[in-house]
Amino acid sequence: MSADVATRAEHRGELLHAMLRIRRFEERCVELYSAAKIRGFVHLYIGEEAVAVGVNEALTAEDAVVSTYREHGHALARGLPAEAIMAEMYGRATGCSGGRGGSMHLFDAGRRFYGGNAIVAGGLPLAAGLALADRMCGRSRVTCCFFGDGAFAEGEFHETANLAALWDLPLLFVCENNLYAMGTALQRHEAQTDLALRAASYGMAAWAVDGMDVEAVERAARRAAEGIRGGGGPYFLEMRTYRFRAHSMYDPDRYRDKAEIERWKARDPVTRLTDRMRADAEPVEDRLGEIERQVTEEIDAAVDGAERAPEEPVESLLQHVTSPRTEAT
Amino acid sequence: MTPDAAVATKTTYREAMREALREALRADDRVFLMGEDVGRYGGCFGVSLGLLEEFGPERILDTPLSESAFVGAGIGAALNGMRPIVEIMTINFSLLALDQILNNAATLLHMSGGQLSVPLVIRMTTGAGRQLAAQHSHSLEGWYAHIPGIRVLAPATIEDARHMLAPALADPDPVLIFEHGSLYNASGELAPPAGPVDLDHAAVRRPGTDISLITYGGSLPKALTAADELANDGIDAEVVDLRTLRPLDGTAVAASVARTHRAVVIDEAWRSGSLAAEVSARIAETSFYELDAPVERVCSAEVPIPYARLLEQAALPQTADIIAAAHRAVD
Repeated sequence: MSADVATRAEHRGELLHAMLRIRRFEERCVELYSAAKIRGFVHLYIGEEAVAVGVNEALTAEDAVVSTYREHGHALARGLPAEAIMAEMYGRATGCSGGRGGSMHLFDAGRRFYGGNAIVAGGLPLAAGLALADRMCGRSRVTCCFFGDGAFAEGEFHETANLAALWDLPLLFVCENNLYAMGTALQRHEAQTDLALRAASYGMAAWAVDGMDVEAVERAARRAAEGIRGGGGPYFLEMRTYRFRAHSMYDPDRYRDKAEIERWKARDPVTRLTDRMRADAEPVEDRLGEIERQVTEEIDAAVDGAERAPEEPVESLLQHVTSPRTEAT
Repeated sequence: MTPDAAVATKTTYREAMREALREALRADDRVFLMGEDVGRYGGCFGVSLGLLEEFGPERILDTPLSESAFVGAGIGAALNGMRPIVEIMTINFSLLALDQILNNAATLLHMSGGQLSVPLVIRMTTGAGRQLAAQHSHSLEGWYAHIPGIRVLAPATIEDARHMLAPALADPDPVLIFEHGSLYNASGELAPPAGPVDLDHAAVRRPGTDISLITYGGSLPKALTAADELANDGIDAEVVDLRTLRPLDGTAVAASVARTHRAVVIDEAWRSGSLAAEVSARIAETSFYELDAPVERVCSAEVPIPYARLLEQAALPQTADIIAAAHRAVD
């Protein structure tokens, strides 16, 4: 194997690891939810892993990420410890939001992960502000905002797209078009279903990407991030993807044709990548075994840590409503 | 006018507010002003006139008519190290940004377990009295005062207009400042600075012994006029300016009622579910045995504020209404 080929194989292995980490974490969430260990609304990302993983490859620790309520994948890809996320879902003191947020409100200020927004499109204006501050301070950072196709129907997307293009904000719009706004199919909630076309009308670079191909996502995200860092203003990527599971754990998923789900499962981003690795004669089976072992170990430890973590004491109920203040002298 | 004038200077509420903005922009590079028409137009109410020329378009940002986006952008910029002052033209328009104010600005600190504070100031006009009809005239600040996680201010005097902004910007959490539209032209002597305004406490604007007139914002001048006229009738009214609507200074209210044993609460919002309702309830909770008469409330009529002058004036709390309520309590 030449050096280039070895490097590619190594990188693909990392992408595979990152995607499987998300998938196995969420599969464990299903079990824990069924066992009533975790509660609330839990929105699974299974099927969409290539988007979070591919986009994260284009971001640095200095960049910011704004997410939605379907954010376990974004948080894990961003490097939040699985244990901090799991503890949050358990509502424990060691959770990444101190037990105040749960599945829909994961935060990590140190990793510049700004949630965790459960209002559809609600994170978009906030992302514009993060990007605005960077532009005002002359910092070469990207703010990446994830949102779904459902957000296209909200005024906040259009207000933010206008503002971002008008002010040349260093903002990466990542639209995860999984074809459903909760249970309403794209063609039933959008008059024009070509989302990249609509975004382009605001005067920003915008194109659609195969969101089931992690390498295609990575290439697109790198190109967009480089454009943004080069002062090219906002970029918009429409990730054509699909969630294999229902909208949330409460959703009986009656609005989708089973054959449609199977068609998309045939494009599973994990299988897609492993097939490609095999086709390129890269070592897959050993690598998969090693990844599964590491991921299982990590998730076991996360669950164990969450199980053992202390509850937030009731006396702390009113904490974090306003910031601690120094007494006036 | 200079901010550190040692002698009282003649000014207006509008100029005092502008001077406060100018001082904030000079004092801290992280401060910027953003909103509809704040730049080239000079502010819908003329508050920011001249600031664009002085500070440039990077710090005085005209925004599209996108309340949700630019309020949200203020939140994001505050999270990312800036100290934004966001101006919304009127409180009615702020409803288009209510999601950002409530679901993000007021909530992020808590939802993030204390990791993300939002040092943001949002200014907007409120109130009626200028024949602007229902969609420009309401007093909804009481709704905002309902929300934990934000501070709600109502500067009613020229001194507060001049000196509330600096402590508001120093607050690590979101602060909403409600400026009553009828106050902008109010003029008077601005006393030499007595230090930053204490944002945790109400102010007694006129001491008295017979009855407490408890109010805030645009109703303060009416309450002071009412107190003067009540004095002619031999009634010594104390006027309490709540000044901060959240957190509400219940202690000051109770202390005033303990001195006077009677209370009239004046609030330009509708009576049902209003801040006046909250103040009245607190008096009932803390000062029931101090009361010599039922608490009186003077609020707006329960009607969308009409355009026609006579109807608008009839809808709003007026000095005569305050005097009548005080007489009912005392006589």
